[in-house]
Amino acid sequence: MEFFQSLLGNEAGLAVWTLLKIVAIVAPLMGAVAYLTLAERKVIGYMQLRIGPNRVGPKGLLQPIADGVKLLMKEIILPTKSNKTLFLVGPILSIAPALAAWAVVPFGDGLVLANIDASLLYIMAITSMGVYGVIVAGWAANSKYSFLGAMRSAAQIVSYEIAMGFALVGVLMVSGSLNLVEIVNQQGAGMAGGSILSWNWLPLFPMFIVYLISGVAETNRAPFDVAEGESEIVAGFHVEYSGMAFAVFFLAEYANMILIAALTSIMFLGGWLSPFPASWGLLGASGFFWLAVKMALVLFCFLWFRATFPRYRYDQIMRLGWKVFIPVTLVWVVVVGAWMMSPLSLWP
Amino acid sequence: MSFTMIVFYVLSAILLFSAFRVITAKNPVHAALWLVLAFFTSAGHWLLLEAEFLAISLVLVYVGAVMVLFLFVVMMLDINVEQLREGFWRHFPLAATVGLIMAAEMALILAAPETRLADYAPAAPLAADASNVKQLGLEIYTTYLMPFELAAVLLLLAIVAAIALTQRERKDGKYVDPARQVEVKAADRVRVVKMDAVREEAPQTEAADAAQSQ
Repeated sequence: MEFFQSLLGNEAGLAVWTLLKIVAIVAPLMGAVAYLTLAERKVIGYMQLRIGPNRVGPKGLLQPIADGVKLLMKEIILPTKSNKTLFLVGPILSIAPALAAWAVVPFGDGLVLANIDASLLYIMAITSMGVYGVIVAGWAANSKYSFLGAMRSAAQIVSYEIAMGFALVGVLMVSGSLNLVEIVNQQGAGMAGGSILSWNWLPLFPMFIVYLISGVAETNRAPFDVAEGESEIVAGFHVEYSGMAFAVFFLAEYANMILIAALTSIMFLGGWLSPFPASWGLLGASGFFWLAVKMALVLFCFLWFRATFPRYRYDQIMRLGWKVFIPVTLVWVVVVGAWMMSPLSLWP
Repeated sequence: MSFTMIVFYVLSAILLFSAFRVITAKNPVHAALWLVLAFFTSAGHWLLLEAEFLAISLVLVYVGAVMVLFLFVVMMLDINVEQLREGFWRHFPLAATVGLIMAAEMALILAAPETRLADYAPAAPLAADASNVKQLGLEIYTTYLMPFELAAVLLLLAIVAAIALTQRERKDGKYVDPARQVEVKAADRVRVVKMDAVREEAPQTEAADAAQSQ
């Protein structure tokens, strides 16, 4: 940073340095998105006793590149009766929050683009804006299938956001902070001495499960993919999109999946902390490696759910969100509050 | 002009323009989206005032939840724009008078010497590690506890009332209790009847055999 500041002056140097850091986050993220699509096809393939893509490149490793090039070459079709501006704004509105949320995600102790005080709140605010992409795209396409998909998605995302928010209330109660770095560091302390048992997943187990499942619902993934529902409303909100405009929705969905995986790891699975005692040398050392392992685990669960469960019926989704998850989290908030005030409290 | 001032004027310009478009846009969906932009930009103003908690709450509550539901409703409506515009000029004088009175009242309050706007010193910049989340929490739960709790009770009342208003049994509702649904056994739905195979002694079998042999 000092180098750029001496080269370009104080403020311009800071801006260039920040831009470089943004590139350092977004570029690997896009790579991860590409290979997550390959992993998804491979994992689901093996779960269904198929092999999955294995033709392009060694063992099919270049398949995502081929898919990307194919989508780039395709024509973007604007439906005649659509609302042109909003039709093009839709994909932008869905990818922008998916990328902006990464600004406050810490990858290691202090390894974060913007270490702001209210980062948990920022994440909730930014991710809650992702639904606009879906609604605007669905409405602007002027197609009945798109519109149905958009309406379903809006209702679903708003419902599950509440349960998700309450699950996070539990996390911030035990951490006493809205800062993601502090939330991880707090999990390393406590009565169980920073081992795997002191991470939030155990004392906040119901919230962990609610957060994970709501995360699947928030990203419109199977079994909550009624917004796309290819067997009933073709492809839902992005039925009219082609080429790169469609690819942007695709990128946003997978970037959101990785984001939810990162947040689950940070808030419930101890982030970059190692599950082994510090005396184990390299394995016991905390670092980005452990965060990546935990994220991969959560992402595998996402793929596993998709291969395993049939799609929920719409009224069942609403019932699960409003009548099961919200009461569960509400009760657990009270339980945690009482627990923290009792002499049995795990948290200092 | 400092960088903060430039940001302030850019944000204000966007805010004023989008607020203007909210009331002039022909399509209600466009108007709602302009309102989203207006909320988002005013969150930027909060950030300039170093009130990041309030800024993020504004985005979270209004942009993330309220406006989504608003758009949801507006998109479902089938509004005939022509019909809406019909009475515009007839109602214009009354509406303009009300608007002007309101503007004049606001101007009066802001310009009156009793308001002492000029006496307010610009807030001292906070220390870099000052947490306004903590500060807000302390203020709400000590100094302003009573108004805060009253507002909470009021909101709770509104929630209960809204739910009570929509909770009425529909006669043609097809709701099924999921707990009863999963208890269903195959025997409740299908009855398997055991019966012997029946051989049909029809006279035409012989005729068909005869036709085949020929």
